[in-house]
Amino acid sequence: MPPVAMTAMDAEKKAVETCLADKAIARTMRRQRWQDFIFHKMTLLFALSVLIVLAGIIVSLAVGACPAFKEFGLLFITRIEWDPVNDQYGGMIAIVGTLVTSSIALLIAFPLSFGIAVFLTEICPAGLRRPLGTAVELLAGVPSIIYGMWGLFIFAPMFADHVQPVLRATLGQLPLIGTLFGGPMMGIGMLTAGLILAVMIIPFIASVMRDVFEIVPQVLKESAYGLGCTRWEVVRKIVLPYTRTGVVGGVMLGLGRALGETMAVTFVIGNAQSLSWSLFAPGNSIASTLANEFAEADTPLHVASLFYLGLIMFVITFIVLAAAKLMLLGMARKEGGR
Amino acid sequence: MMNPVYRKRLRAHRIGIALSVFAMAVGLFFLGWILLTLLVKGVDALHLRMFTENTPAPGSEGGGLLNAIVGSLLMVGASTAISTPVGILAGLYLAEYGARSWLARVTRFVTDIMLSAPSIAVGLFVYAVYVANVKHFSGWAGAFSISLIAIPVVVRTTDNMLKLVPDSLLEAAYSLGAPRWKVAGMVRLRAVRAGIVTGVLLAVARISGETAPLLFTALNNQFYSNDMNAPMANLPVVIYQFAMSPYDNWRSLAWGGALLITFSVLGLNILSRTLFSQKLPK
Repeated sequence: MPPVAMTAMDAEKKAVETCLADKAIARTMRRQRWQDFIFHKMTLLFALSVLIVLAGIIVSLAVGACPAFKEFGLLFITRIEWDPVNDQYGGMIAIVGTLVTSSIALLIAFPLSFGIAVFLTEICPAGLRRPLGTAVELLAGVPSIIYGMWGLFIFAPMFADHVQPVLRATLGQLPLIGTLFGGPMMGIGMLTAGLILAVMIIPFIASVMRDVFEIVPQVLKESAYGLGCTRWEVVRKIVLPYTRTGVVGGVMLGLGRALGETMAVTFVIGNAQSLSWSLFAPGNSIASTLANEFAEADTPLHVASLFYLGLIMFVITFIVLAAAKLMLLGMARKEGGR
Repeated sequence: MMNPVYRKRLRAHRIGIALSVFAMAVGLFFLGWILLTLLVKGVDALHLRMFTENTPAPGSEGGGLLNAIVGSLLMVGASTAISTPVGILAGLYLAEYGARSWLARVTRFVTDIMLSAPSIAVGLFVYAVYVANVKHFSGWAGAFSISLIAIPVVVRTTDNMLKLVPDSLLEAAYSLGAPRWKVAGMVRLRAVRAGIVTGVLLAVARISGETAPLLFTALNNQFYSNDMNAPMANLPVVIYQFAMSPYDNWRSLAWGGALLITFSVLGLNILSRTLFSQKLPK
């Protein structure tokens, strides 16, 4: 064949091929863009599901609480009465119980967690760091119902026999705070619930503190050591000031956990709808009231009052946890800006 | 002679260090105490019977936990099947599109809060939207409520793990012309498979011991049942009821169940940790 004709044919063939290829590429591109679009929207939908659940929880609790809100209004919070027989409800006992047990838990857990975090970051030999860190985290892994059983059957009797008499003989004799340590020594009660909550939230607070301690720039610490600081001085004067926001965030996180903890508290708080100045006395928290009464509540007002309590607990917990999270975010930014 | 100021500082140091060691010892002491209690009390109940017989009626002798174990496995299985895909896809969104979008930032924030949110509130929510509408307690309701607790755990770990994948790997895939969904799903996700499994295992560990949300969703069932549409026995609620009961054999079974659940949960925790540390992409 003549070369000229061949070139012409070739060119034509090539043009057709290129055109086909262009079309194929365009098709693939279109398809891929479409797939990407679907991928984006689908993952977005699932991510939104978390937000939807949160909104759903708040809305459903609010709707459920509506009848009780109409009946008692905001004064529900300050009403002491909780009387399913006469259908009269108030949240004071449960709210006070929740706040008191959580405060006791924080008071005890904070120094202990701080000590554990300092130990794990500054003192512990490198080889032990991982196993001991894991051990502390296992404490967080133990289900709360186990804490409850252990608290009720093992800790409470021991506490009643050996610790409460001592507390009453010492702290109980002091003016003013003495009344806190009076009352029946049964082992179960607000103080026991607070103590067990403390053990439960220690791993959460400690692991946050450990994480924030680790972001302190090595240079800062080394400068302090170079000036002749002791290890404790480095912790107190370098590490702690640098990580203050994170430490407070960790404590808030622990508080959030303690406020909503249900099973362990239900086992040991004594489930009495009464208020007492004594920390030895049995009481009730919001979560334990729900756990005990919700499945058996039969009047609509009783159910609604329980929803009301649940709403109060959820909102308080949410605010505390949000504050904790904001503080820890601030801490993370500090790390990023280092 | 030592300088008095120095001596004071040294004393403060020694006291501080001693207190830290003491705090660590207290933590370990409680862990040891709880585990030891479980072993001592639980081993008595750990007969073969526990796995072959159903929960006993009030006052009757013997009995096991078969129906509760099966119920727990079914519910945890169902909720893992629900929460794993949801959690992974949500985590993918956060990692892929989360850098600049405010929506992702809010989602991440809310996920972190849901990680610590009171689980009993989740139970109330499922009761209000599901149980109250179908008018009966059910295994599905229980599975849904613990899924809601598992999802944030999976989302958070997936998100964290995906962030560890080096950009160069993703860019290599993009430069070959792969679309975003392929890069995200087949390169990025696959690179951190071990991490994702860790997240799922942690979620399973978390929900296996959850009691509060099951109290008014799955309730309990004295008899053996595979029907997810009926009230369903489950270990945590059975343990709760039996521990509070006056019968000796019930209490003993409660300890046996407690031993079973705790060591499974802690085992899962340790397993996920070792899995993760071995295969973490560097």
